[in-house]
Amino acid sequence: MTLSSRHIQAYLLLLPAFVFLVGFTHYPAVATLIDSFMSTPRGSRPAQFVGIQNYQIMIEDPVFWKSVMNNLWFALATIPASMAISIFMALWVNNKIVGRQFLRMSYFLPTVLPMIAVANIWIFFYTPDYGLINQVLQLVGIKSQNFLGDPSLALMSVTIVAIWKEAGFFMIFYLAALQTLSPSYKEAAQIEGASPWYFFWRIQWPLLMPTTIFVLVNALINAFRMVDHIFVMTNGGPNNASSLLLFYLYEVGFKFWDSSYASVLTVVLLSILAIAGLMQFFLLDKKAHYR
Amino acid sequence: MSASTLNQPNNPLDNTGWLATLGAWVLAIVWVMPLLYAFWAAFHASEYATEFSLTAPLTLDNFATAWHAAPFPQYFLNTIFLVFMILGMQLVLCTLAAYAFARYSFAGSSLLFSLMLVQLMVMPEILIVKNYQTLSSLGFVDTLFGIGLPYFASAFAIFLLRQTFKSIPKELVEAAQMEGANTLQILWHVYIPLAKPTYLAFALVSISHHWNNFLWPLVVSNSVESRPLTVGLQVFSSGDQGIDWSIISAATLLTSAPLLVGFLIFQRQFVQSFMRAGIK
Repeated sequence: MTLSSRHIQAYLLLLPAFVFLVGFTHYPAVATLIDSFMSTPRGSRPAQFVGIQNYQIMIEDPVFWKSVMNNLWFALATIPASMAISIFMALWVNNKIVGRQFLRMSYFLPTVLPMIAVANIWIFFYTPDYGLINQVLQLVGIKSQNFLGDPSLALMSVTIVAIWKEAGFFMIFYLAALQTLSPSYKEAAQIEGASPWYFFWRIQWPLLMPTTIFVLVNALINAFRMVDHIFVMTNGGPNNASSLLLFYLYEVGFKFWDSSYASVLTVVLLSILAIAGLMQFFLLDKKAHYR
Repeated sequence: MSASTLNQPNNPLDNTGWLATLGAWVLAIVWVMPLLYAFWAAFHASEYATEFSLTAPLTLDNFATAWHAAPFPQYFLNTIFLVFMILGMQLVLCTLAAYAFARYSFAGSSLLFSLMLVQLMVMPEILIVKNYQTLSSLGFVDTLFGIGLPYFASAFAIFLLRQTFKSIPKELVEAAQMEGANTLQILWHVYIPLAKPTYLAFALVSISHHWNNFLWPLVVSNSVESRPLTVGLQVFSSGDQGIDWSIISAATLLTSAPLLVGFLIFQRQFVQSFMRAGIK
């Protein structure tokens, strides 16, 4: 077989997958960037070049800023909390512990359930007066809270659901990493009489660093695309108190049908994801240091 | 690793203290609570939805009511069709692409590989506005095929399979070549059988992901014929059902039941699949 026919064969093997990859990832990303400088076509009026006008609209849009701030808080809460919980989970089920099978199953369960379905159950937990959380609060003498209806509580309430959903998923990555660590570390630590706490911080934690970076990047991406439960629980309300960027993008694009403004919002989201991507690229390069 | 640790004397660092054990159990109970509650509400009449009493009579009425209150049988068929259509397309397209990346050297291979990896960061659901326009110009809005289309090529699958294919010894391939097998025969008879665990891992991840997917199907589907379960459940529970928790819980359990049952039966495989998929 000649060299060039092997080349052609390779391209032919790649072609079908690349039609879809380019058609639904690269093309729309570039086209969105172009659309963000155009006006929304309405009826007989075609799209026109409007420069940075859409971006100016965005900067003056209070709902956009509200969604950005909400999303930043959402990320700042879900990322560290779900990661910390996932490390504990992984350490526990990696050791000898009573009911290990049950624990591992319980932690992982939220990962396989549809967010849209479990969010329905969480609504009940948050219901004023007879919801489960409020029943417990009232038992200890705290008055019933309207978790999803109170602007100061709504964001926190949907954040907790996200942490619950994600921690078990991240646990898997830590568990996989822990199981690849050589048992001799543990033996050496035991001979030296290290406490579990010392063993974790000085040995396991540094060795888990590549996993932590991988999970961190995933958590960051998820923080900007996990919006299913918003649709069920609050619809972004009350008064946009729990609106996240992707949710607002959906509203602009498919409720107000303003495609150029939605394109600007997409560009913002893409930039955030690009930062996450670069972070993974540069931080994971240092992985060799730990191996 | 278990074989090597079994023979060794007990290491205190392997054991968990009572405080940690307590913490682990409290966390686990909090974690399964929503599901436990859903079971409680779904199997009891609605007057017991907020009242917990051991003597409350069990009933299946909520399931029957939910099942007939919305076109759930149709939604089920839609989701099953959608999930397997996506998986089938992914397996074919991504196997071919992964094979090219693993065993061919060609001009621009690393550039194409990087371009492919972009999809790991930029999922189709981020680009809903443009992808919706693409879909409507192709005439696939409000069809199951349209919902599946953006997912047919999966960077994740290509990446996983390429890693697996690369680890297959060249000697096996050379032996097959000696016997006169052509490229596709080698792929079919050598690579694919040896990559079975990877295929299983990817299949479980893909099925559970697309069974649960919501935002993109919500945008694309507009009728009972094209609505998957997740969107159907959302339409159902935000409709006039209001706040009958028992019926909503029953519908919620129905929606998640196949995944839940599958998970409980194949728990080990599920966890291992996600692990395998996570180790890069």
